[in-house]
Amino acid sequence: MRKRHPVPGLLIPVSMETDMPAVQETIDRVRKIDVDQYKYGFETLIEMDVAPKGLNEDIIRLISTKKNEPQWMLDWRLKAFERWKTMESPDWARLDYPPIDFQDIHYYAAPKSMSGPASLDEVDPEILRTYEKLGIPLKEQEILAGVRKADEPSEFDDNSDTPPAEGSYSGRVAVDAVFDSVSVATTFKKELQKAGVIFMPISEAIREHPELVQKYLGSVVPISDNFFATMNSAVFTDGSFVYVPKGVRCPMELSTYFRINERNTGQFERTLIIADEGSYVSYLEGCTAPQRDENQLHAAVVELVALGDAEIKYSTVQNWYPGDKDGKGGIYNFVTKRGDCRGANSRISWTQVETGSAITWKYPSCILRGDNSRGEFYSIAVSNGRQQIDSGTKMIHLGKNTSSRIISKGISAGNSSNTYRGQVSAHRKASNARNFTQCDSLLIGEECGAHTVPYIESKNATAQFEHEATTSKISEDQLFYCMQRGIPEEEAVALIVNGFVKDVIQQLPMEFAVEAQKLIGISLEGSVG
Amino acid sequence: MLEIKNLHARVADEGTEILRGVNLTIEAGEVAAIMGPNGSGKSTLSYILAGREDYEVTEGDILYNGESVLEMDPAERAAAGLFLAFQYPLEIPGVATMTFLKTALNAQRKARGEAELTTPDFMRKVKASAEELKIAPDMLKRPLNVGFSGGEKKRAEILQMALLEPKLCIMDETDSGLDIDALKIVSDGVNALRSEERAFLVITHYQRLLDYIVPDTVHVLYKGRIIKTGDKNLALQLENEGYAQIVDEAA
Repeated sequence: MRKRHPVPGLLIPVSMETDMPAVQETIDRVRKIDVDQYKYGFETLIEMDVAPKGLNEDIIRLISTKKNEPQWMLDWRLKAFERWKTMESPDWARLDYPPIDFQDIHYYAAPKSMSGPASLDEVDPEILRTYEKLGIPLKEQEILAGVRKADEPSEFDDNSDTPPAEGSYSGRVAVDAVFDSVSVATTFKKELQKAGVIFMPISEAIREHPELVQKYLGSVVPISDNFFATMNSAVFTDGSFVYVPKGVRCPMELSTYFRINERNTGQFERTLIIADEGSYVSYLEGCTAPQRDENQLHAAVVELVALGDAEIKYSTVQNWYPGDKDGKGGIYNFVTKRGDCRGANSRISWTQVETGSAITWKYPSCILRGDNSRGEFYSIAVSNGRQQIDSGTKMIHLGKNTSSRIISKGISAGNSSNTYRGQVSAHRKASNARNFTQCDSLLIGEECGAHTVPYIESKNATAQFEHEATTSKISEDQLFYCMQRGIPEEEAVALIVNGFVKDVIQQLPMEFAVEAQKLIGISLEGSVG
Repeated sequence: MLEIKNLHARVADEGTEILRGVNLTIEAGEVAAIMGPNGSGKSTLSYILAGREDYEVTEGDILYNGESVLEMDPAERAAAGLFLAFQYPLEIPGVATMTFLKTALNAQRKARGEAELTTPDFMRKVKASAEELKIAPDMLKRPLNVGFSGGEKKRAEILQMALLEPKLCIMDETDSGLDIDALKIVSDGVNALRSEERAFLVITHYQRLLDYIVPDTVHVLYKGRIIKTGDKNLALQLENEGYAQIVDEAA
């Protein structure tokens, strides 16, 4: 998903300077900064479209400048960077990958400025087959595969200029809303504005709503939280910002789909969602279609803040490139997601469907600070081929009468490894804390592994924690039974797996659920026989 | 409709020979019963007919409507009209019975190049069949066979049979675990499906089932071979005299 004129200013051909005042302004600003700080040279940047490799203060200043950030933001980034230099990459997860040379990575690039495939003919036929199975129109396939930018004309355009029928987007993948019709997206924006909901790129929010960003950014995931979150704090490029005012029920599901074609969020995404007292918002992240991405390392941070009586529902479908059959070239996904149930009676629920990435390191968590607050985690993690997943959640009970529920469904096939790692803890003051955890693993084939690593900690005698775990296999008997009824083998696997994950699928918004079911089936293709 | 010719088969893993030259022909409209003592190869025969991979056919052939099915996988055989009612139906957690039925029916229709049934048409069909088998609508919403009683499981098998409208129905000890009432319901369900175009192969230990599903032919399977063939009176004879005498005669 690319855009011709991405984030203000970066990497614009010199010839365009004069007719783009905003760009000129950026360049001027950068020039004001001591030139020596950019030992790699600004001109090179213009030519290369990509900042030099490596993570250092110069790069961070560059990013901040490119984004027209106020001084406080730059200071915040630099503080994080100072901290990061003292930290080490975590090694406690059950993940095996070669050490990452963090100085051998570009931390800033023109969003998707690298040249993509010229046409769909050049795209991996496997990926095209998947698009087809998901029923994605050719026009969208081009964008997803990086052949075409969202605002470029397509050879598949019908040129009819007919606006989409009223309500035609509802119940469909929101991708349509974004790519096929600007008017639909505009309608959405108007409706949100009317409700007073702020939904914009975080880079814009930093400039337009500095008071909110300053108050909440880093308040859930502090800049010193962990290696990858700290790195993200120093170099994050963009992400979403959502603020739902007091008592407002957000009138629609918010989705990254709406925004992602406007500005590429890059590999270090930063998202901040605040639900003020008594408000409600449901947020969808990700995409069922496999997306082309040239950045191997992803380190996102998502912070959720739910004030008194507020509720946030956050759903993710992650389907990054898992690498080839030997695991080469897949995305490394190191994500820090945390929600803070800050006020009494607040509620945060994470639902995730993870099918992609070579490495997944991800523990969406809830801090149950407010009395009577509730945290939920529903997860489906599918690993096949050489994929490795170490994922789970943390439920930190601090307030009284707090409750949490964890339903984790791991499916491993091929040579993959799938670990659930979860922590449930009750603080001294967390009287009557309740947790129910259910971790089910399903194995397909003989070469994969499933592991469950629960950490349970209670400092309050009235806390009640329950943990249930099962491991099962798709049996030959079950497969034979389904096939005997005429269901082909791969369809039978998909059917059995979808039965296994049903409890979690039900938590997803309807249109997402249908897609997710298909996606799970596709992810497991070739896992039997 | 079905011709089993000199069928030899063994367990694929370890090579134990279980079928040693089975010969059997079943015509359209016929109800054939296979009886035999434990370990004679009855269930194995049903699995091999359905295409289970755990067994290896070493000799002979299985012809269905004149064509060999040995190269077809279980789903292809099912789409061609072969149905096996399991002695122990499998549980499919999280998959509603209704969903399973629809998936199976549409998969078969697709394989045969027929259009998928619309949801209303499908619902009508299921409801009608379920009522005849005294299956409550609630049971159709539950995950297939999960927590079903023995009787419910067998009724669910017959319901699937009724919906899928197979040409050749193989029933593997459908009577096991059924009380008299359930046996009657299941048998009525089967008898309602009897027709000129459809053949049944009923595998059972006991003559009791054959009081309800009256066979045209009865075959005794012993040590991997059919050692005697007769009409329904053969079943009664077995019930009275046991297998010993027939085995001796054959030896």
